[in-house]
Amino acid sequence: MSNESVGSHAADPRTAEVPLINKVGLHARPSVKLTQLAKSFASSVELALDPAGPWTDAKSPVKVMRVKAPRGATLYFRISGPDADAALTAMVGLVERRFDEADG
Amino acid sequence: MAPDGMVGIVIVSHSPKVAEGAADMVRQMVGDAVPLAWTGGDPGGGLGTDIARIIAAIDAAWSEAGVAILVDLGGAETNSEMAVEMIEESRRGRVVICNAPVVEGAVIAATEASGGSSLEAVKSAAEELYVQ
Repeated sequence: MSNESVGSHAADPRTAEVPLINKVGLHARPSVKLTQLAKSFASSVELALDPAGPWTDAKSPVKVMRVKAPRGATLYFRISGPDADAALTAMVGLVERRFDEADG
Repeated sequence: MAPDGMVGIVIVSHSPKVAEGAADMVRQMVGDAVPLAWTGGDPGGGLGTDIARIIAAIDAAWSEAGVAILVDLGGAETNSEMAVEMIEESRRGRVVICNAPVVEGAVIAATEASGGSSLEAVKSAAEELYVQ
């Protein structure tokens, strides 16, 4: 245990990649769901279409919609913070479940 | 979640159909948790906006965390400004008009509000739509 102050956490962000398999890609409704989920975590949550970036704040609905990620794209997540592991599991799960859309 | 709950959203359009349709989009895309009200049309049934109805919508969507108003054109904005001026002083500072497109702004503002963001953050998120 280091003597770093409370609230500090691992410097290395958690990352994952997941194919966007829902029918419409990151359209408005999936973007809203992704943003709402990202906002439920204290960690910073970013996404990109390329592991080299550019990275987008996944808590910003406007920025997420502007990514215009189409079906078949690969989404990369980069998450840093106290609940990064839980956030990464949740974000990947949402994409894998096709955003819980009935016709997704 | 902010201690005062979620920011409320008010949609003001000249057309009741536009206002109701934008509210439908918010409900379907964001959900029912965010306080939401809409108003559109003048008392005679034509296109327009009405200060008393805007005040009623602010009351209906009221949250201690504040209310963000989305407007369409001209009179919707000026009448909304007058409605804000006419509500009591204790609440006036917690009602803001967003410089954002009414439909997209309502969805984005509600999305931001659903995460428990402050009134300032809700307004900024909607206004990001006009930032290139």
